[in-house]
This record gives sequence, structure tokens and C-alpha cells, in this order.
Amino acid sequence: MINDFVVRFANVNGTGSASANFLFTKSIFRMGIPVTPKNIFPSNIQGLPTWYEVRVSEKGWQGRKEGIDLLVCVNPQSMAKDVESVRPGGYFLYDSSKQLHNEFIRADIHYLGIPLMEICNREYTDARQRQLFKNIVYVGALSALLNIEFEVLTGLLNDQFKGKEKLIAPNVKALQLGAEYARENFTCPLPFYVERRNLIGDSIMVDGNTACGLGAVYGGATVCAWYPITPSTSVAEAFHDYAKEYRIDTETGAKNYAIVQAEDELAAIGMVIGAGWNGARSFTATSGPGISLMNEFLGLAYFAEIPSVLIDVQRAGPSTGMPTRTQQSDILEAAYASHGDTKHILLLPSTPKECFDMTAQALDLAEQLQTPIIVLTDLDLGMNDHLSPPFEWNDTVTYQRGKVLTAKDLDNMGKFGRYLDVDGDGIPYRTYPGTHPTKGSFFTRGTSRDEYAIYSEDGAVYKRNMDRLMVKWETAKEMVPKPIISQAKASTQIGVIYFGTSNHATDEALFLLSEQGIHFDSLRLRAFPFHQQVADFIAAHQQVFVIEQNRDAQMRSLLMIELNIAPDKLISILNYDGMPMTAENIVQQMQSKYKQYAQAIPA
Amino acid sequence: MTYIRPAFRHPQLPLNKLGLPVSYYEGALSTLCAGCGHDSISAGIIQACWELNIQPHHVAKLSGIGCSSKTPTYFLSNSHGFNSVHGRMPSVATGAYLANRDLLYIGVSGDGDSASIGMGQFAHVIRRNVNMVYVVMNNGCYGLTKGQDSATADIGSISKSGSVNQFQGIDLASLAIELGATFVAQSFSGDKDQLVPLIKAAIKHPGFALINVVSPCVTFNNNPGSTKSYQFVREHHAMTSKMDYVPEMKTISTSYHEGNNQEIELHDGSTIQLHKLSPDWNPEDRVSAILALKQAAAKQEVLTGLLFIEPETKALHQILGTTESPLNTLTESSLCPGNKELLELNKSWR
Repeated sequence: MINDFVVRFANVNGTGSASANFLFTKSIFRMGIPVTPKNIFPSNIQGLPTWYEVRVSEKGWQGRKEGIDLLVCVNPQSMAKDVESVRPGGYFLYDSSKQLHNEFIRADIHYLGIPLMEICNREYTDARQRQLFKNIVYVGALSALLNIEFEVLTGLLNDQFKGKEKLIAPNVKALQLGAEYARENFTCPLPFYVERRNLIGDSIMVDGNTACGLGAVYGGATVCAWYPITPSTSVAEAFHDYAKEYRIDTETGAKNYAIVQAEDELAAIGMVIGAGWNGARSFTATSGPGISLMNEFLGLAYFAEIPSVLIDVQRAGPSTGMPTRTQQSDILEAAYASHGDTKHILLLPSTPKECFDMTAQALDLAEQLQTPIIVLTDLDLGMNDHLSPPFEWNDTVTYQRGKVLTAKDLDNMGKFGRYLDVDGDGIPYRTYPGTHPTKGSFFTRGTSRDEYAIYSEDGAVYKRNMDRLMVKWETAKEMVPKPIISQAKASTQIGVIYFGTSNHATDEALFLLSEQGIHFDSLRLRAFPFHQQVADFIAAHQQVFVIEQNRDAQMRSLLMIELNIAPDKLISILNYDGMPMTAENIVQQMQSKYKQYAQAIPA
Repeated sequence: MTYIRPAFRHPQLPLNKLGLPVSYYEGALSTLCAGCGHDSISAGIIQACWELNIQPHHVAKLSGIGCSSKTPTYFLSNSHGFNSVHGRMPSVATGAYLANRDLLYIGVSGDGDSASIGMGQFAHVIRRNVNMVYVVMNNGCYGLTKGQDSATADIGSISKSGSVNQFQGIDLASLAIELGATFVAQSFSGDKDQLVPLIKAAIKHPGFALINVVSPCVTFNNNPGSTKSYQFVREHHAMTSKMDYVPEMKTISTSYHEGNNQEIELHDGSTIQLHKLSPDWNPEDRVSAILALKQAAAKQEVLTGLLFIEPETKALHQILGTTESPLNTLTESSLCPGNKELLELNKSWR
């Protein structure tokens, strides 16, 4: 088997395994082979089990796959579970410095014992080095066992330690120690291994949170207010890093941005709204529990029409849930956040490139539509490296700042009405504080008011405003990213709707089904409110599968509510154990449900 | 409550340096109860802004929810205002200040808004030293929901219905000094002579300035036994000092006697002239300010006037090192790194 297998690393968190494991993944990437890593980590800093699972796929599938071909075990704590997780006929690599206990012996798998601790104790004197190089030694062993080109690994070390060259030699030595031991003691390569290809084109490998942070820099965000929460923290950190790189005035050293770590999520969104009201592009990054706390403010921003951008990196709820596991379960919470009649615009990225593009676009849309824009990503996309098309930026495009009146505009017009629908698109004009001595000032409030921002408890006035907000909602439908539709090879009565990180598993599942002669059309949602094309797609099919990663089929509900779809038309395919969805899982669920519905479907 | 305000203005109303009469600084008609302390504070803000020749459109007025938070409608009608959500004005003000450092931010809050639901944000806006004036209109009760005790009601204070408050009252002024506020003053809505110079000094202070103003609720908390009634405060009103705000370059002439005078120079060269009434108190020493407050409290006195000031202070923008230009004026050329840099970044992810 060439370029088609899964390796899982079982480590202890806080032991430096992450960089060694990344070295492994990146070496396969540099050999031109599609590869996808997933972190499966605890909500903890040091001492608990953590796993890193790498799928290598010649066909380019990037979803998770069940069945571990090779398990690299450097954590005695989780050994029983790890031995169990290897597929029959698979391999179990372990530290043989201590003899493996009988209970861990399975007759149907192969064992690769490497005395990692012994080798490191012999070669290194410093305790920390002994610990760190254990990781590099097993990567060296894997290079022999899986045919990874050694020069690719040394090339990566050269890149990694640029400026710290003296660290290169000891790392190369550790790689060699591992490779030599494997070659002397095992048949190399294993029955599955890698072989150089040219399958990744100009793809990059990056995580979604980095992409969102960078997208905020490119999109012109100047104010970032946030509160630390897994798995969104690295969005704010990425913004910070890139802002430091690109937003410092070269002459004065002053910063063209402001970042505030708030006291809680309420304050974070409050600052974003204050800045947005005052004409600065601003955003926050959070996760489900943060959105819960921000509900009140989101209602204010919706009703008072204040631009604001939120990046929600979803994790498994409810409550604290599983903070380090992935889910798509904030959909309804985000779509209808806050009391009263509220609706919010959601953008649904699937790849790091979409994280970058949609974060930048969210900053435009927020100002154009004068409302909160929520970018719904998730832990899988945010915290794992993904293959992605490279990022690009059109230097001729300018920021869309929306309907903002200048002093000159105010001088040349009649009476200014902050909530007056002048253009018929439901989007009124606004002014920044400080614009004009006598014109354009108004009072922003969460209470009802008339078109001129004057407080009003008149039911007709209130209703007029609520109806105008719906006109704006209709306008938004044409401005948000359109869905992506794929026609099946053969004509079909069945459609599939999916979004976000369900894309990888869905693409693969549709391929597996097509090989069995089962063809479905598909539509990938990229935003809420739903474009007319979504309604048309559902109308054009007898049955539509809705694939999502939560228990309650939240996107299905949203489609039913917003597009008035009969419940029995939409069949749920769900995954909510906190692990990224697999294609096998989708195929299995579809086959059983398809049979159930097949009779009702005309051939 | 005033129903009609005559449109007539005396043609010879005095004008400030901008050529504007004080009426230009007024707002909409107040809908608060007749005699409400809050209206006097609004009048104080109007007077201070007029005297300081402030362009009203260079002011942003922010508030939370409650009677006090309604008041920004009643002053400076040519300023933008933002009546946000309950207890969260500090974060909105922080964001607004981050977006544009050049405006004057006046935040208005109440005792419910700041000492209960917004206590967290009150504490953090202080420690960040956001450059703003933060006025608490403190009446010890929830007026808009008809008179429940608030967290600043003093222990033992008797409500209109006759119940005695059993809980410790929160003293916002000592708390602010404790939290590192760089300007803390206390006043009484019935003492305009003291309030106006305090507001002027607070406006000129280059960091966070708190003015906690006892402002009796005539409808729900002005009864005998209340420690926030007009009568109680008038009888138990002790001043740290008599004070004048003296603008820059003006010849200093005060009527105070020699001996206990202290002059504090503010950042822009203007000065605060203090005639100290309490001999041990030093307005530039936190410990001394807290001690003065505690001693007054022990005597059941409401200590008013300037309590603490740190005239040279670094506000949030200085702490963060942000550019001198307001962030909301920056454009693509200084914000967007461009495609060339992106190509380099793409290479680093190969």
C-alpha cells in the first residue's frame, strides 16, 4: 500500500511531541503527498494523554479515517487503549526500554519495539534533551519504516532552526539514531509506506485560526477585544503576531491596531461594538460559551445596527462540554442570538483559505450591512493543520466601508435620519461621532425609536423599523457567499447539503457511493441567510440529506424554519462524538437511511 | 418634570470663546421626576463644557441603563450618544475610545449600573485607565423599577417603605482609588459650585476620572432615615477642600486664605487650586485619600471634593502604544500588508 494509511501518535502533553509530530507530517507534505493531521488533546497543560493522528491519502481525502495502521506509543498511561485501537494486521511501535507487559500483547498485530529511553539516556546527558530527543528518535525510525526521504527531514530542520544552527546537528543525529535502529532490527519499509508524488500542487498547510487572524489583519481590523477560550485563543494570538509584523509604523514605532484582553466575553463584545459604532473595524474571537454570554450585546448590535465581527470557533457543548473536541453545534444559538426577534448573518468556512477570505469579507459585510457578522468555524478547522489553496489578495480592491456620511454629505442633504431607508434596501446611513458641528449627531440606543433615532413607544413606528430590518435581511442574501453546488454524474432525485468541516468526509463519502453506482447532487452552504439557490436545490430534489456535526440537526432546523421545508424532506446525517466526521460514518448512515427512503423515490 | 421649555433666549446671553451661548450645550427636555438630582448634574456637565469651550460634536456621551443613563439625552444635543446595555457602558466606552482617541468621552452611570450589574466592567475600565469622565449619579436605589435598594445604599439606611437596609453599602470612591483610578472625586448634586469645577478638572485629566455624585431620588429615596436624601446629605456633607479649576495661562487669583492652599498642575498646564479643609489629607497620596474617606464614614459624613489625583498618567492608548492618528481614520495603505507579503507567507506554509 503506497500513500494510503493512518498513523496515530500517543503522547503525553507538555513533552515536546507536537513539534516532532509536525516534522513527520510536514515531511510527507513536502514529498508531494496529501496528508492531514488531527490533534486529539486534553483540556490540560501537562501530563495527560494526547494523540496526533495523521492520514496519508494518495487520493487526497482529508477527512479522518477509522482504523489505525501504525500506532506510535510513547505514553504508558494510555497503552491499553492504544493497543486496542490498532486495526488487525496493523503495527504497534513502543518504547522497549522496559519490557511490554503481557496484557498489551495482541496476537493479530505486529510489535515494533525501539528502546527510545535507552538510546536517549546513552546519547544525551541533559534530562530535558533526553525527553525531547525521544520524539525525534521515533520520527527517525518512521523515516526508515515508511520510506520518508531523509533529506526532506533534514531540510525541514534547517528551516526550523534558521538562526539557531547549532541545534540542527543534534536533531539530525537523533533522526539517524532512530533510522539506524529501525533498519537494523526491522524489515524496512513496512507493507505501507510513502512514495514521492506531485499531488499537492501549490497547496499550503496551515490551520484555520491562523488564517482568521491573518484575514483580520488584511481585512483592516484595527480593534481586537477578546477573552481567552479554547479553541479560539489562537485567532487573537495570530492577529497579534501578524499585526506586530505588518502594522507597526516604521517611522514612529506606533501601532496601527489595538488589542485588549477583556475581563470576560461580555466586555469583549462590548468593546467591539463601541469601536464599530465609532468607525473602527473591530472583531472578537470566541467559542460557544462566549456566544452565550454575548447574547445581550448581539441583540443590541442587531437592533441598533452596529458593525461587529465575531469568529466563533465551535467546540463540543452544551455548557463546558468537551472544550477540546470539535462540533458544529452553535448554529441555532448564533443564528438567533439574543432575546426578541433577532437574526444574525453567519459565514461558514470549510478551509483555511475560506477562513482567511471570509474573515476579511466579514469586516466588509459588517460595515455594509451595519450588523454583527459571525464566522462559524470549529476546533477541527481552527486548531488542526489543513491542506488549503494558497491565500491571495487583490491589491486593487478597497475596503467596503458602507453607508457613512461625511460632513460634506451632511451639508448637501436634507434632514438626516439615522434609521431612514433612503435607498429601499433596508440599509440606512450612519455618521461617526465628531463628523459635523451641527448635523448628523444622533442617539444610539437599544430601545425602539423612529427613523430619526428619537425614542418612541409607538407600535407602528416600532413595527416599521422591525420590517425594515427584514428588508435589510433580504438584501444580505445577495451579498453573502453563495453556496457551491455539484451535479452528480448521473441524474438523481437525492441531494446532499453540508457545510464547514463536514466537507472533507462528505466529498469522500460521495465518491465512495458513486463507486457503488449511487449518485447524489450536493450543495455546500457557505452562509446564512440562505441564498435562493438553496431553496431551489431543495425543491429540485425528492429527498435531501443534511450532514452536520451536532445531535439536534440544527442546520436542518434552520433550513426548515427559514425556507419552509417539510420536515420529512430533510434526512439528517449526524456526528456528535467530538471527533471529526469520517466518510465511512456518512456512507453507513446514508446507506441505511437511503434504503428506508428508496422505495418512496421513483427510479 | 418640565413640560415646556421656552424657546425665548435673552439676546445678550454671554458667549464662550467659540461664540456659543450655554443654551447650545443643552439637550432634549428631561423626562426625569421634578427635583431629580440627576438633572442638576446634567446642568453641571452643560456648564462645564460651555466654560471649557468644548466643541459639542467632539464629545461622545455613553451610558448604561437606568434613570441616570437616560440623562445623556438631556445635555449636548450636538454630540453623538450611546445608551447601551445595563452595566456595560464601560466596555462600549473602551471600544469607542480605542477607535478614536481624539474625542472627549463622558460616561454616565448609576449606582445599580456601576455597583451591581456592572461592577466587573467598572473595575476593569479603571485598571485600563481609559481616558474618560465617568459620572456616577448615585441615589442608593433603583428608581426606574420603583425604589429597590441598590448596592450603594448604606447599611441602616431606611427606605421609603420603612425597611432597614441590612447589607454593607459599596463605596465606589474608595474602591476606585483602591483599583488604581487616577482621578477620583465625590460631590453632591445640590452643590453646583463644587460640581462644575470638578467636572472641568475631570475633563482635563488625561486618564480615567471618576466623579461619584450623591444625587437624591426625590420619588423613592428622599425620606427621613435615608442616607441619600437631600436633607441627610446637606447635614452630613464634609468637604476635603474648596476648589477652583484654573485654565492654562490665566492669572491665578483665588479668594482662599494662605496656609492650606495647594496647587496641582494638570497635564495641559491648567491647574487645580485647592483650599484644603482637612489638614492631613494629601490629594496625591492614595493612602491618605482612603484614610480621609474612612474617617468621614466613621463620622457618618459624606466627604466631597477632589479625593485623589495622579496628574501625570498614562492612559490606555499610551499603554498600548497605538498611533497618534485615530484608528478609525486609518486606510488600506497603513492597514493592509498586500499580496506580496501574502506570497511570502504562503511560502512559509509550504
